[in-house]
Amino acid sequence: MKIKIPVTKAKEIARKHTLKLSEKTIAKREATNSFLTDIADVIIFITRLIKETFSRKFEVSEFFHQCFNIGYKSLPLISVTGTIMGLVLTIQSRPVLVRFGAETILPGMVAVSLIREMGPVITALICAGKVASGMGAELGSMKVTEQIEAMEVSSTHPMRFLVVTRVAAATLMIPLLILYADALGIMGSWIGANIKGDVSLVLFFSQAFSHIGFIDLIPAVIKSFFFGAVIGLVGCYKGFNAGRGTESVGKAANSAVVLASLLVLIVDMMAVQITDMLAK
Amino acid sequence: MTKIEKESIVQDSPKKSTKEAVIEIANLCKSFGDQAVLNNLSLNLYDGENLVVLGKSGCGKSVLIKCIIGLLRSDSGYINVFHQNVMTISQNELDGVRQKIGFLFQSGALYDSMTVRENLEFPLRRMNKHLKQKEINDKILDALANVGLPDVIDKMPSQLSGGMRKRISLARTIVVDPMIMLYDEPTTGLDPITSEEISLLINEVQKKYKTSSIIITHDIECARTTADRIIMLRDGEVYEKGSLNKFEKSTDEIIKSFFK
Repeated sequence: MKIKIPVTKAKEIARKHTLKLSEKTIAKREATNSFLTDIADVIIFITRLIKETFSRKFEVSEFFHQCFNIGYKSLPLISVTGTIMGLVLTIQSRPVLVRFGAETILPGMVAVSLIREMGPVITALICAGKVASGMGAELGSMKVTEQIEAMEVSSTHPMRFLVVTRVAAATLMIPLLILYADALGIMGSWIGANIKGDVSLVLFFSQAFSHIGFIDLIPAVIKSFFFGAVIGLVGCYKGFNAGRGTESVGKAANSAVVLASLLVLIVDMMAVQITDMLAK
Repeated sequence: MTKIEKESIVQDSPKKSTKEAVIEIANLCKSFGDQAVLNNLSLNLYDGENLVVLGKSGCGKSVLIKCIIGLLRSDSGYINVFHQNVMTISQNELDGVRQKIGFLFQSGALYDSMTVRENLEFPLRRMNKHLKQKEINDKILDALANVGLPDVIDKMPSQLSGGMRKRISLARTIVVDPMIMLYDEPTTGLDPITSEEISLLINEVQKKYKTSSIIITHDIECARTTADRIIMLRDGEVYEKGSLNKFEKSTDEIIKSFFK
Protein backbone atom coordinates (compact mmCIF):
# COMPACT_ATOMS: atom_id res chain seq x y z
CA MET A 1 0.00 0.00 0.00
CA LYS A 2 1.27 3.39 -0.99
CA ILE A 3 1.78 5.76 1.92
CA LYS A 4 0.69 9.30 1.18
CA ILE A 5 3.04 12.02 2.29
CA PRO A 6 1.42 15.15 3.83
CA VAL A 7 2.10 17.27 0.75
CA THR A 8 0.24 14.80 -1.50
CA LYS A 9 -2.63 14.68 0.99
CA ALA A 10 -2.77 18.47 1.10
CA LYS A 11 -2.78 18.62 -2.71
CA GLU A 12 -5.63 16.10 -2.89
CA ILE A 13 -7.68 18.01 -0.34
CA ALA A 14 -7.03 21.26 -2.20
CA ARG A 15 -8.01 19.65 -5.53
CA LYS A 16 -11.24 18.25 -4.06
CA HIS A 17 -12.16 21.58 -2.54
CA THR A 18 -11.30 23.41 -5.73
CA LEU A 19 -13.53 21.03 -7.67
CA LYS A 20 -16.33 21.49 -5.16
CA LEU A 21 -15.90 25.24 -5.29
CA SER A 22 -15.89 25.29 -9.07
CA GLU A 23 -19.04 23.12 -9.16
CA LYS A 24 -20.74 25.49 -6.76
CA THR A 25 -19.57 28.47 -8.80
CA ILE A 26 -20.90 26.93 -12.01
CA ALA A 27 -24.23 26.09 -10.34
CA LYS A 28 -24.51 29.62 -8.97
CA ARG A 29 -23.61 31.11 -12.32
CA GLU A 30 -26.23 28.96 -14.06
CA ALA A 31 -28.83 29.95 -11.46
CA THR A 32 -27.94 33.62 -11.93
CA ASN A 33 -28.08 33.25 -15.72
CA SER A 34 -31.44 31.52 -15.48
CA PHE A 35 -32.77 34.27 -13.19
CA LEU A 36 -31.47 37.00 -15.49
CA THR A 37 -32.90 35.20 -18.53
CA ASP A 38 -36.29 35.05 -16.78
CA ILE A 39 -36.15 38.77 -16.02
CA ALA A 40 -35.21 39.49 -19.64
CA ASP A 41 -38.10 37.27 -20.83
CA VAL A 42 -40.56 39.18 -18.66
CA ILE A 43 -39.28 42.54 -19.91
CA ILE A 44 -39.48 41.41 -23.55
CA PHE A 45 -42.98 40.02 -22.95
CA ILE A 46 -44.23 43.25 -21.39
CA THR A 47 -42.58 45.36 -24.11
CA ARG A 48 -44.23 43.28 -26.84
CA LEU A 49 -47.54 43.44 -24.99
CA ILE A 50 -47.44 47.24 -24.76
CA LYS A 51 -46.38 47.55 -28.40
CA GLU A 52 -49.18 45.25 -29.59
CA THR A 53 -51.77 46.86 -27.30
CA PHE A 54 -51.30 50.22 -28.97
CA SER A 55 -51.04 48.84 -32.50
CA ARG A 56 -53.81 49.73 -34.92
CA LYS A 57 -54.97 46.11 -35.32
CA PHE A 58 -56.70 45.59 -31.99
CA GLU A 59 -58.77 42.37 -31.92
CA VAL A 60 -62.07 43.94 -30.83
CA SER A 61 -64.35 40.89 -31.11
CA GLU A 62 -61.91 38.65 -29.23
CA PHE A 63 -61.59 41.36 -26.56
CA PHE A 64 -65.37 41.34 -25.99
CA HIS A 65 -65.34 37.55 -25.96
CA GLN A 66 -62.71 37.63 -23.21
CA CYS A 67 -64.66 40.33 -21.30
CA PHE A 68 -67.60 37.93 -21.33
CA ASN A 69 -65.42 35.04 -20.15
CA ILE A 70 -63.67 36.96 -17.40
CA GLY A 71 -66.51 39.21 -16.28
CA TYR A 72 -69.82 37.48 -16.84
CA LYS A 73 -68.63 33.96 -16.11
CA SER A 74 -67.08 35.07 -12.80
CA LEU A 75 -70.29 36.66 -11.55
CA PRO A 76 -71.65 33.65 -9.57
CA LEU A 77 -68.35 33.16 -7.74
CA ILE A 78 -67.91 36.87 -7.01
CA SER A 79 -71.55 37.20 -5.90
CA VAL A 80 -71.15 34.49 -3.27
CA THR A 81 -67.74 35.78 -2.17
CA GLY A 82 -68.87 39.40 -1.91
CA THR A 83 -72.00 38.58 0.09
CA ILE A 84 -70.17 36.29 2.51
CA MET A 85 -67.41 38.89 2.93
CA GLY A 86 -69.87 41.56 4.15
CA LEU A 87 -71.91 39.11 6.19
CA VAL A 88 -68.94 37.67 8.08
CA LEU A 89 -67.36 41.08 8.66
CA THR A 90 -70.59 42.33 10.21
CA ILE A 91 -71.21 39.27 12.36
CA GLN A 92 -67.62 39.37 13.66
CA SER A 93 -67.43 43.10 14.41
CA ARG A 94 -70.96 43.72 15.71
CA PRO A 95 -70.44 42.31 19.26
CA VAL A 96 -67.35 44.50 19.79
CA LEU A 97 -69.13 47.64 18.57
CA VAL A 98 -72.16 46.81 20.75
CA ARG A 99 -69.85 46.47 23.78
CA PHE A 100 -68.49 49.99 23.18
CA GLY A 101 -71.92 51.38 22.32
CA ALA A 102 -70.83 52.20 18.80
CA GLU A 103 -73.27 49.98 16.93
CA THR A 104 -74.41 52.90 14.77
CA ILE A 105 -71.07 53.14 13.03
CA LEU A 106 -71.31 49.49 11.89
CA PRO A 107 -72.59 50.25 8.34
CA GLY A 108 -69.96 52.94 7.80
CA MET A 109 -67.14 50.81 9.19
CA VAL A 110 -68.07 47.81 7.06
CA ALA A 111 -68.50 49.95 3.94
CA VAL A 112 -65.15 51.69 4.37
CA SER A 113 -63.25 48.47 5.06
CA LEU A 114 -64.96 46.71 2.16
CA ILE A 115 -64.41 49.49 -0.36
CA ARG A 116 -60.89 50.46 0.68
CA GLU A 117 -59.32 47.09 1.30
CA MET A 118 -61.27 43.87 1.71
CA GLY A 119 -63.36 44.10 -1.45
CA PRO A 120 -60.48 44.81 -3.85
CA VAL A 121 -57.98 42.41 -2.28
CA ILE A 122 -60.25 39.42 -1.68
CA THR A 123 -61.95 39.76 -5.07
CA ALA A 124 -58.56 40.09 -6.77
CA LEU A 125 -57.27 37.00 -4.95
CA ILE A 126 -60.37 35.05 -6.00
CA CYS A 127 -59.84 36.26 -9.57
CA ALA A 128 -56.17 35.30 -9.39
CA GLY A 129 -57.35 31.77 -8.60
CA LYS A 130 -60.02 31.64 -11.28
CA VAL A 131 -58.84 33.90 -14.09
CA ALA A 132 -55.03 33.62 -13.92
CA SER A 133 -55.09 29.83 -13.56
CA GLY A 134 -57.62 29.59 -16.39
CA MET A 135 -55.44 31.69 -18.67
CA GLY A 136 -52.29 29.79 -17.68
CA ALA A 137 -53.91 26.41 -18.33
CA GLU A 138 -55.66 27.46 -21.55
CA LEU A 139 -52.66 29.09 -23.18
CA GLY A 140 -50.35 26.38 -21.83
CA SER A 141 -52.44 23.61 -23.38
CA MET A 142 -52.71 25.60 -26.62
CA LYS A 143 -48.93 25.75 -26.71
CA VAL A 144 -48.49 22.05 -25.96
CA THR A 145 -50.92 21.05 -28.71
CA GLU A 146 -49.35 23.45 -31.26
CA GLN A 147 -52.53 25.57 -31.47
CA ILE A 148 -50.55 28.78 -30.96
CA GLU A 149 -48.26 27.86 -33.86
CA ALA A 150 -51.32 26.96 -35.96
CA MET A 151 -52.66 30.43 -35.25
CA GLU A 152 -49.36 31.98 -36.29
CA VAL A 153 -49.32 30.18 -39.65
CA SER A 154 -52.87 31.46 -40.22
CA SER A 155 -51.38 34.99 -40.29
CA THR A 156 -52.71 35.70 -36.80
CA HIS A 157 -50.39 37.21 -34.23
CA PRO A 158 -50.81 35.10 -31.08
CA MET A 159 -49.56 37.93 -28.88
CA ARG A 160 -52.16 40.31 -30.27
CA PHE A 161 -54.99 37.81 -30.48
CA LEU A 162 -54.47 35.81 -27.28
CA VAL A 163 -52.48 37.95 -24.85
CA VAL A 164 -53.42 41.57 -25.52
CA THR A 165 -57.15 40.79 -25.51
CA ARG A 166 -56.95 38.80 -22.27
CA VAL A 167 -54.83 41.33 -20.40
CA ALA A 168 -57.02 44.22 -21.58
CA ALA A 169 -60.20 42.34 -20.65
CA ALA A 170 -58.85 41.45 -17.20
CA THR A 171 -57.75 45.07 -16.63
CA LEU A 172 -61.23 46.30 -17.45
CA MET A 173 -63.41 43.57 -15.96
CA ILE A 174 -61.71 42.95 -12.61
CA PRO A 175 -62.33 46.53 -11.33
CA LEU A 176 -65.98 46.10 -12.33
CA LEU A 177 -66.13 42.77 -10.50
CA ILE A 178 -64.57 44.45 -7.46
CA LEU A 179 -67.21 47.22 -7.45
CA TYR A 180 -69.89 44.56 -7.82
CA ALA A 181 -68.39 42.58 -4.91
CA ASP A 182 -68.30 45.77 -2.79
CA ALA A 183 -72.00 46.39 -3.44
CA LEU A 184 -72.92 42.81 -2.61
CA GLY A 185 -70.66 42.96 0.45
CA ILE A 186 -72.64 45.92 1.82
CA MET A 187 -75.84 44.01 1.07
CA GLY A 188 -74.43 41.00 2.92
CA SER A 189 -73.54 43.30 5.79
CA TRP A 190 -77.17 44.49 5.95
CA ILE A 191 -78.29 40.84 6.10
CA GLY A 192 -75.76 40.26 8.89
CA ALA A 193 -76.98 43.31 10.79
CA ASN A 194 -80.55 42.01 10.56
CA ILE A 195 -79.74 38.63 12.05
CA LYS A 196 -79.57 40.11 15.56
CA GLY A 197 -81.02 43.53 14.97
CA ASP A 198 -83.57 45.33 12.87
CA VAL A 199 -82.43 47.96 10.42
CA SER A 200 -84.03 49.00 7.16
CA LEU A 201 -82.11 48.67 3.90
CA VAL A 202 -82.45 52.37 3.07
CA LEU A 203 -81.20 53.47 6.50
CA PHE A 204 -78.33 50.98 6.39
CA PHE A 205 -77.19 52.10 2.94
CA SER A 206 -77.55 55.81 3.72
CA GLN A 207 -75.46 55.35 6.88
CA ALA A 208 -72.90 53.30 4.98
CA PHE A 209 -72.51 55.81 2.15
CA SER A 210 -72.38 58.79 4.52
CA HIS A 211 -68.98 57.48 5.68
CA ILE A 212 -67.57 56.92 2.20
CA GLY A 213 -65.80 59.68 0.31
CA PHE A 214 -63.87 59.92 -2.92
CA ILE A 215 -60.69 59.46 -0.90
CA ASP A 216 -61.88 55.91 -0.15
CA LEU A 217 -63.24 55.08 -3.58
CA ILE A 218 -60.73 56.55 -6.07
CA PRO A 219 -57.53 54.87 -4.78
CA ALA A 220 -59.41 51.56 -4.51
CA VAL A 221 -60.63 51.79 -8.10
CA ILE A 222 -57.17 52.78 -9.38
CA LYS A 223 -55.45 49.89 -7.64
CA SER A 224 -58.17 47.54 -8.95
CA PHE A 225 -57.04 48.30 -12.50
CA PHE A 226 -53.49 47.34 -11.50
CA PHE A 227 -54.79 44.12 -9.91
CA GLY A 228 -56.57 43.29 -13.17
CA ALA A 229 -53.50 44.03 -15.26
CA VAL A 230 -51.26 41.94 -13.00
CA ILE A 231 -53.67 38.98 -13.02
CA GLY A 232 -54.03 39.05 -16.80
CA LEU A 233 -50.34 39.56 -17.38
CA VAL A 234 -49.19 36.76 -15.07
CA GLY A 235 -51.80 34.28 -16.38
CA CYS A 236 -50.85 34.96 -20.00
CA TYR A 237 -47.11 35.02 -19.37
CA LYS A 238 -47.14 31.69 -17.58
CA GLY A 239 -49.36 30.06 -20.19
CA PHE A 240 -47.52 31.55 -23.16
CA ASN A 241 -44.16 30.42 -21.80
CA ALA A 242 -45.25 26.95 -20.70
CA GLY A 243 -42.97 24.05 -21.57
CA ARG A 244 -43.68 21.37 -24.13
CA GLY A 245 -45.07 18.50 -22.03
CA THR A 246 -48.55 18.11 -20.55
CA GLU A 247 -47.01 18.43 -17.08
CA SER A 248 -46.06 22.01 -17.91
CA VAL A 249 -49.75 22.95 -18.32
CA GLY A 250 -50.39 22.14 -14.65
CA LYS A 251 -47.23 23.96 -13.67
CA ALA A 252 -48.23 27.02 -15.68
CA ALA A 253 -51.68 27.15 -14.06
CA ASN A 254 -50.29 26.60 -10.59
CA SER A 255 -47.47 29.13 -10.84
CA ALA A 256 -49.88 31.66 -12.39
CA VAL A 257 -52.12 31.50 -9.31
CA VAL A 258 -49.23 31.71 -6.85
CA LEU A 259 -47.43 34.57 -8.60
CA ALA A 260 -50.62 36.53 -9.36
CA SER A 261 -51.78 36.28 -5.72
CA LEU A 262 -48.37 37.36 -4.46
CA LEU A 263 -48.21 40.29 -6.87
CA VAL A 264 -51.74 41.38 -5.94
CA LEU A 265 -50.63 41.64 -2.30
CA ILE A 266 -47.43 43.48 -3.24
CA VAL A 267 -49.33 45.94 -5.47
CA ASP A 268 -51.81 46.45 -2.63
CA MET A 269 -49.03 47.20 -0.18
CA MET A 270 -47.51 49.73 -2.59
CA ALA A 271 -50.92 51.30 -3.26
CA VAL A 272 -51.59 51.68 0.47
CA GLN A 273 -48.20 53.36 0.97
CA ILE A 274 -48.73 55.75 -1.93
CA THR A 275 -52.29 56.61 -0.82
CA ASP A 276 -51.05 57.20 2.71
CA MET A 277 -48.27 59.50 1.48
CA LEU A 278 -50.63 61.46 -0.76
CA ALA A 279 -53.25 61.80 1.99
CA LYS A 280 -50.79 63.58 4.32
CA MET B 1 -50.08 4.13 -61.91
CA THR B 2 -48.48 3.83 -58.44
CA LYS B 3 -45.67 6.07 -57.34
CA ILE B 4 -43.17 3.18 -57.71
CA GLU B 5 -44.18 2.59 -61.31
CA LYS B 6 -43.92 6.30 -61.97
CA GLU B 7 -40.45 6.33 -60.44
CA SER B 8 -39.27 3.49 -62.67
CA ILE B 9 -40.02 5.71 -65.66
CA VAL B 10 -38.84 9.04 -64.35
CA GLN B 11 -35.48 8.94 -62.67
CA ASP B 12 -33.80 10.89 -59.89
CA SER B 13 -34.95 14.55 -59.58
CA PRO B 14 -37.32 14.15 -62.50
CA LYS B 15 -38.71 17.65 -62.47
CA LYS B 16 -35.51 19.58 -62.17
CA SER B 17 -35.21 20.34 -65.81
CA THR B 18 -38.84 21.21 -66.51
CA LYS B 19 -40.30 22.53 -63.26
CA GLU B 20 -39.54 25.62 -61.31
CA ALA B 21 -38.37 25.40 -57.70
CA VAL B 22 -41.02 26.81 -55.36
CA ILE B 23 -38.83 26.38 -52.30
CA GLU B 24 -35.05 26.72 -52.44
CA ILE B 25 -33.01 26.06 -49.33
CA ALA B 26 -29.25 26.46 -49.23
CA ASN B 27 -26.70 25.95 -46.44
CA LEU B 28 -29.35 26.05 -43.75
CA CYS B 29 -28.04 25.81 -40.18
CA LYS B 30 -30.06 25.75 -37.00
CA SER B 31 -28.87 25.08 -33.48
CA PHE B 32 -30.56 24.97 -30.09
CA GLY B 33 -27.89 25.98 -27.62
CA ASP B 34 -24.89 23.76 -28.26
CA GLN B 35 -26.88 21.22 -30.21
CA ALA B 36 -26.73 21.62 -33.99
CA VAL B 37 -29.99 20.33 -35.48
CA LEU B 38 -29.59 21.39 -39.11
CA ASN B 39 -26.14 21.49 -40.58
CA ASN B 40 -25.61 23.10 -43.99
CA LEU B 41 -28.78 21.61 -45.38
CA SER B 42 -29.69 22.32 -48.98
CA LEU B 43 -32.73 21.15 -50.92
CA ASN B 44 -35.28 22.30 -53.50
CA LEU B 45 -38.99 21.64 -53.79
CA TYR B 46 -40.20 21.69 -57.38
CA ASP B 47 -43.60 22.80 -58.56
CA GLY B 48 -46.23 20.07 -58.29
CA GLU B 49 -44.08 17.39 -56.66
CA ASN B 50 -44.43 15.49 -53.41
CA LEU B 51 -41.07 15.52 -51.63
CA VAL B 52 -40.84 13.08 -48.74
CA VAL B 53 -38.27 13.89 -46.05
CA LEU B 54 -37.31 10.76 -44.15
CA GLY B 55 -35.17 10.40 -41.09
CA LYS B 56 -35.21 9.09 -37.58
CA SER B 57 -36.66 11.11 -34.71
CA GLY B 58 -34.61 14.15 -33.69
CA CYS B 59 -32.75 14.48 -37.00
CA GLY B 60 -34.27 17.90 -37.70
CA LYS B 61 -37.18 17.10 -40.02
CA SER B 62 -39.82 19.12 -38.15
CA VAL B 63 -37.33 21.93 -37.48
CA LEU B 64 -36.76 22.14 -41.24
CA ILE B 65 -40.41 22.81 -42.12
CA LYS B 66 -40.86 25.14 -39.15
CA CYS B 67 -37.93 27.17 -40.51
CA ILE B 68 -39.56 27.19 -43.95
CA ILE B 69 -42.78 28.72 -42.62
CA GLY B 70 -40.94 31.09 -40.30
CA LEU B 71 -42.01 29.57 -36.99
CA LEU B 72 -38.31 29.11 -36.19
CA ARG B 73 -35.52 31.44 -37.21
CA SER B 74 -32.55 29.67 -38.77
CA ASP B 75 -29.03 30.66 -37.82
CA SER B 76 -27.61 30.94 -41.35
CA GLY B 77 -28.23 30.00 -44.96
CA TYR B 78 -31.32 31.02 -46.90
CA ILE B 79 -34.84 29.79 -47.52
CA ASN B 80 -36.53 31.14 -50.63
CA VAL B 81 -40.26 30.54 -50.94
CA PHE B 82 -41.54 31.77 -54.30
CA HIS B 83 -38.29 33.75 -54.59
CA GLN B 84 -38.75 35.52 -51.25
CA ASN B 85 -36.21 34.87 -48.52
CA VAL B 86 -38.34 34.15 -45.45
CA MET B 87 -35.38 34.92 -43.19
CA THR B 88 -35.10 38.54 -44.26
CA ILE B 89 -38.61 39.64 -45.24
CA SER B 90 -40.83 41.79 -43.00
CA GLN B 91 -43.64 40.38 -40.85
CA ASN B 92 -46.28 41.55 -43.35
CA GLU B 93 -44.43 39.91 -46.23
CA LEU B 94 -44.04 36.74 -44.15
CA ASP B 95 -47.80 36.75 -43.56
CA GLY B 96 -48.23 36.97 -47.32
CA VAL B 97 -45.93 33.98 -47.86
CA ARG B 98 -47.77 32.03 -45.16
CA GLN B 99 -51.03 32.52 -47.02
CA LYS B 100 -49.58 30.44 -49.83
CA ILE B 101 -48.47 27.63 -47.50
CA GLY B 102 -50.61 25.06 -45.73
CA PHE B 103 -49.14 23.43 -42.64
CA LEU B 104 -50.53 20.18 -41.27
CA PHE B 105 -49.36 19.83 -37.68
CA GLN B 106 -48.34 16.50 -36.19
CA SER B 107 -51.00 16.80 -33.47
CA GLY B 108 -53.61 18.29 -35.80
CA ALA B 109 -53.61 21.49 -33.69
CA LEU B 110 -57.38 21.97 -33.95
CA TYR B 111 -58.66 24.76 -31.72
CA ASP B 112 -60.31 22.94 -28.82
CA SER B 113 -62.69 25.76 -27.97
CA MET B 114 -64.13 25.99 -31.50
CA THR B 115 -66.42 23.74 -33.53
CA VAL B 116 -65.22 22.19 -36.79
CA ARG B 117 -66.96 24.99 -38.70
CA GLU B 118 -65.26 27.68 -36.60
CA ASN B 119 -61.91 25.91 -36.97
CA LEU B 120 -62.21 26.14 -40.75
CA GLU B 121 -63.65 29.63 -40.65
CA PHE B 122 -60.76 30.98 -38.58
CA PRO B 123 -57.96 30.92 -41.23
CA LEU B 124 -60.42 31.93 -43.95
CA ARG B 125 -61.50 35.05 -42.07
CA ARG B 126 -57.95 35.93 -41.07
CA MET B 127 -56.43 35.48 -44.52
CA ASN B 128 -59.27 36.53 -46.81
CA LYS B 129 -61.00 39.42 -45.10
CA HIS B 130 -62.98 40.36 -48.20
CA LEU B 131 -64.88 37.04 -48.35
CA LYS B 132 -68.64 37.09 -47.79
CA GLN B 133 -70.33 34.67 -45.40
CA LYS B 134 -71.84 32.63 -48.26
CA GLU B 135 -68.44 32.22 -49.92
CA ILE B 136 -66.94 31.17 -46.58
CA ASN B 137 -69.69 28.58 -46.04
CA ASP B 138 -69.22 27.19 -49.54
CA LYS B 139 -65.47 26.89 -49.09
CA ILE B 140 -65.90 25.14 -45.73
CA LEU B 141 -68.40 22.64 -47.14
CA ASP B 142 -66.15 22.02 -50.15
CA ALA B 143 -63.07 21.40 -47.98
CA LEU B 144 -65.00 19.06 -45.67
CA ALA B 145 -66.38 17.16 -48.65
CA ASN B 146 -62.86 16.79 -50.02
CA VAL B 147 -61.67 15.13 -46.83
CA GLY B 148 -64.82 12.98 -46.71
CA LEU B 149 -66.30 14.44 -43.52
CA PRO B 150 -69.16 16.79 -44.43
CA ASP B 151 -71.33 15.63 -41.51
CA VAL B 152 -69.13 16.69 -38.60
CA ILE B 153 -69.34 20.42 -39.30
CA ASP B 154 -70.96 21.33 -35.97
CA LYS B 155 -69.02 18.91 -33.78
CA MET B 156 -66.29 19.84 -31.33
CA PRO B 157 -62.77 18.46 -31.91
CA SER B 158 -63.07 16.43 -28.69
CA GLN B 159 -65.93 14.47 -30.27
CA LEU B 160 -63.77 13.29 -33.18
CA SER B 161 -61.46 10.28 -33.52
CA GLY B 162 -57.72 10.67 -34.20
CA GLY B 163 -58.13 10.02 -37.93
CA MET B 164 -61.08 12.41 -38.18
CA ARG B 165 -59.12 15.13 -36.38
CA LYS B 166 -56.29 14.68 -38.86
CA ARG B 167 -58.74 14.97 -41.78
CA ILE B 168 -60.36 18.09 -40.32
CA SER B 169 -56.93 19.54 -39.76
CA LEU B 170 -56.16 18.84 -43.41
CA ALA B 171 -59.47 20.46 -44.40
CA ARG B 172 -58.53 23.56 -42.36
CA THR B 173 -55.23 23.67 -44.23
CA ILE B 174 -56.66 23.29 -47.75
CA VAL B 175 -59.63 25.59 -47.20
CA VAL B 176 -57.43 28.61 -47.98
CA ASP B 177 -56.23 27.09 -51.30
CA PRO B 178 -52.50 26.85 -50.50
CA MET B 179 -49.90 26.42 -53.21
CA ILE B 180 -47.46 24.54 -50.98
CA MET B 181 -48.35 21.94 -48.35
CA LEU B 182 -46.08 21.06 -45.46
CA TYR B 183 -47.08 17.85 -43.69
CA ASP B 184 -45.48 17.19 -40.30
CA GLU B 185 -45.72 13.43 -39.75
CA PRO B 186 -49.26 13.15 -41.10
CA THR B 187 -49.73 9.47 -40.20
CA THR B 188 -48.15 9.38 -36.74
CA GLY B 189 -50.38 7.81 -34.12
CA LEU B 190 -52.87 6.42 -36.63
CA ASP B 191 -53.75 2.78 -37.37
CA PRO B 192 -52.49 1.34 -40.69
CA ILE B 193 -55.86 1.65 -42.45
CA THR B 194 -56.35 5.29 -41.44
CA SER B 195 -52.69 6.00 -42.29
CA GLU B 196 -53.28 4.63 -45.78
CA GLU B 197 -56.41 6.79 -46.12
CA ILE B 198 -54.49 9.91 -45.07
CA SER B 199 -51.67 9.07 -47.50
CA LEU B 200 -54.16 8.70 -50.36
CA LEU B 201 -55.79 11.95 -49.29
CA ILE B 202 -52.41 13.68 -49.58
CA ASN B 203 -52.22 12.50 -53.21
CA GLU B 204 -55.78 13.67 -53.85
CA VAL B 205 -54.99 17.09 -52.42
CA GLN B 206 -51.92 17.30 -54.66
CA LYS B 207 -54.02 16.51 -57.74
CA LYS B 208 -57.03 18.64 -56.91
CA TYR B 209 -55.29 21.71 -55.52
CA LYS B 210 -52.15 21.41 -57.69
CA THR B 211 -49.98 21.75 -54.61
CA SER B 212 -46.30 21.08 -54.11
CA SER B 213 -45.70 19.26 -50.85
CA ILE B 214 -43.03 18.43 -48.34
CA ILE B 215 -44.06 15.39 -46.32
CA ILE B 216 -42.09 14.79 -43.14
CA THR B 217 -42.44 11.20 -42.06
CA HIS B 218 -40.77 8.04 -40.85
CA ASP B 219 -43.71 5.95 -42.02
CA ILE B 220 -42.37 4.06 -45.04
CA GLU B 221 -45.83 3.08 -46.28
CA CYS B 222 -46.79 6.76 -46.35
CA ALA B 223 -43.58 7.52 -48.24
CA ARG B 224 -44.27 4.70 -50.73
CA THR B 225 -47.78 6.03 -51.40
CA THR B 226 -46.98 9.72 -51.67
CA ALA B 227 -43.35 10.25 -52.71
CA ASP B 228 -42.28 11.64 -56.05
CA ARG B 229 -38.83 12.15 -54.62
CA ILE B 230 -37.24 11.32 -51.26
CA ILE B 231 -34.60 13.00 -49.14
CA MET B 232 -33.16 11.26 -46.13
CA LEU B 233 -31.80 13.38 -43.28
CA ARG B 234 -29.19 12.24 -40.80
CA ASP B 235 -27.63 14.46 -38.14
CA GLY B 236 -29.10 17.54 -39.76
CA GLU B 237 -27.59 16.85 -43.18
CA VAL B 238 -28.91 15.33 -46.38
CA TYR B 239 -27.76 11.72 -46.17
CA GLU B 240 -29.28 10.53 -49.44
CA LYS B 241 -31.69 11.83 -52.04
CA GLY B 242 -33.35 10.36 -55.07
CA SER B 243 -36.31 8.41 -56.29
CA LEU B 244 -38.26 5.89 -54.26
CA ASN B 245 -36.85 3.21 -56.55
CA LYS B 246 -33.30 4.25 -55.68
CA PHE B 247 -34.05 4.02 -51.97
CA GLU B 248 -35.81 0.66 -52.31
CA LYS B 249 -32.76 -0.80 -54.10
CA SER B 250 -30.13 0.83 -51.90
CA THR B 251 -27.56 -1.42 -50.24
CA ASP B 252 -26.75 1.18 -47.57
CA GLU B 253 -27.43 -0.32 -44.16
CA ILE B 254 -29.09 2.81 -42.72
CA ILE B 255 -31.43 3.17 -45.69
CA LYS B 256 -32.13 -0.56 -45.69
CA SER B 257 -33.10 -0.38 -42.02
CA PHE B 258 -35.86 2.05 -43.02
CA PHE B 259 -37.07 0.17 -46.10
CA LYS B 260 -36.95 -3.45 -44.87
